[in-house]
Amino acid sequence: MMANRSMLELKGISKAFGAIVVASDIDLTLSRGEALGVIGPNGAGKSTLFNLITGMLRPDRGRIILEGEDITQMPPEARCRAGLGRSFQIPLPFTHLTVFENLSVAALFGAQVSEAEAVQLCGEILSLTGLETKANVLAGSLPLLDRKRLELARALATRPRILLLDEIAGGLTDAECHLLVETIREIRKGGVAIIWIEHVVHALLAVVDGLIALDFGKIATQGAPADVMRSKEVQAIYMGVPA
Amino acid sequence: MMDWLDVATQGILLGGVYALFALGLSLVFGIMRLVNLAHGDLIVLAAYFVLFTSSMAGLPLGVATALAIAAMFVLGYLLQRFVLERVLGDEIMPPLLVTFGLSVIVQNALLLTFGADSRRLQAGAFETGSVSLAPALKVGLAPLTTLVAAVIVIALLQLLFYKTSIGRAFRATADNPEIAQLMGINQRRIFAIAVGISLAVSVVAAVSLGVRANFDPSIGPARLLYAFEAVIIGGLGSLWGTLAGGMVVGIAQTIGARINPEWQILAGHLAFLAVLMIKPRGLFPGAGHDAR
Repeated sequence: MMANRSMLELKGISKAFGAIVVASDIDLTLSRGEALGVIGPNGAGKSTLFNLITGMLRPDRGRIILEGEDITQMPPEARCRAGLGRSFQIPLPFTHLTVFENLSVAALFGAQVSEAEAVQLCGEILSLTGLETKANVLAGSLPLLDRKRLELARALATRPRILLLDEIAGGLTDAECHLLVETIREIRKGGVAIIWIEHVVHALLAVVDGLIALDFGKIATQGAPADVMRSKEVQAIYMGVPA
Repeated sequence: MMDWLDVATQGILLGGVYALFALGLSLVFGIMRLVNLAHGDLIVLAAYFVLFTSSMAGLPLGVATALAIAAMFVLGYLLQRFVLERVLGDEIMPPLLVTFGLSVIVQNALLLTFGADSRRLQAGAFETGSVSLAPALKVGLAPLTTLVAAVIVIALLQLLFYKTSIGRAFRATADNPEIAQLMGINQRRIFAIAVGISLAVSVVAAVSLGVRANFDPSIGPARLLYAFEAVIIGGLGSLWGTLAGGMVVGIAQTIGARINPEWQILAGHLAFLAVLMIKPRGLFPGAGHDAR
């Protein structure tokens, strides 16, 4: 059995808002150190999946297991401390805090390190994400690209063992995108497992080991990235070709 | 000339009183968007606590005050965890109704326990002492201390917000409570501490009130009105703004009283209306740590 090697397992996760089903019987396993890509059209339930994993939403049915522990009923702050870090598609920094303070909140309360350790950790992350020169700028006054960097940086400052990335490559130039891919590879070297939702497929494929295609809240298909991209389900979703 | 200087000075000192009343209100509104309608009555409760432990049980005023600060912090913490937490949410009415109910309960409990008589805290010569700021400008020691206390309390709160980790958690939560939780911040604890601090600050307001003027169980809501005006004039969520707002009301009331004693209260409200008409978001919108 693979269970002892899995970092995160979703078992039969379902969620509906009235008649609108946003997650339907989702099974998913993320192994130690694995990077999993998630693709799917807008409204397929990709961000909802992250909301369910991080505890912003509670599933109607199903269980979420983090390293053998059932976290289905755990509040979001406890899940963060247990090692789940997340970035948002639309950057949501603490706008009245400086860039450094944004990271330090995540380090102090998420990673639960001491004040001195937090300074060191935040310093390392600032340079990894190219935000050193912006450390004392109010996050609310950052341009979009830096806000996106801050999303990644703040998630890293919680010292996640599983990093959930929500469309962080969108809107980047090719050079910036290349840099981002390098940064994410660097993060993986530290043993961090990743689930990455992305529309910029070439960036995604440069990193992930496995791919999941979501459609209407269901897993349409999953497997090795090349196979999933060739699958008739993905062709049907993106090209409108009937499966 | 000296007369106007005197009016301004008295107004500013009065503003210190209103600011002290408003600080706790401003604090919980800024951090958790809670409008606490019982704030005035909780200040009166704190005044009775100090009255009971000092005048009745015989402790020195300073010790009684320190004791009350600790007790009110705990009360605030528990109040949030066991009462307010259940009604805080997307809807605005439930917390308003619950704090209004709390206001009625506190007033009547005090009435039942201490009666309707006016009381006063005993502070000896301090109550009537005065200092000369200029040859023709004398100010009361008690009002001056109140203003200084307000400034010190705000400075301490700002230190807390900007120099400590818990302060950063307050600011992050004020900024975006959902994201703050995702960063590992326990929102229930942060909110409970915020209400605790708000009530601890209210003790300082209670003592400055009790030393300067008579109080009875029913005076809370009227004081709360000036406090609300101070918070709104200053800009929601800005603590220094709240102090400035208190001074605007204080100066307006003092000027009104000089023209005709009957106009004192009205002048304060008119100043409030004037500020709302000119700057609907207050004098310092977004200047505070926690303005959204």
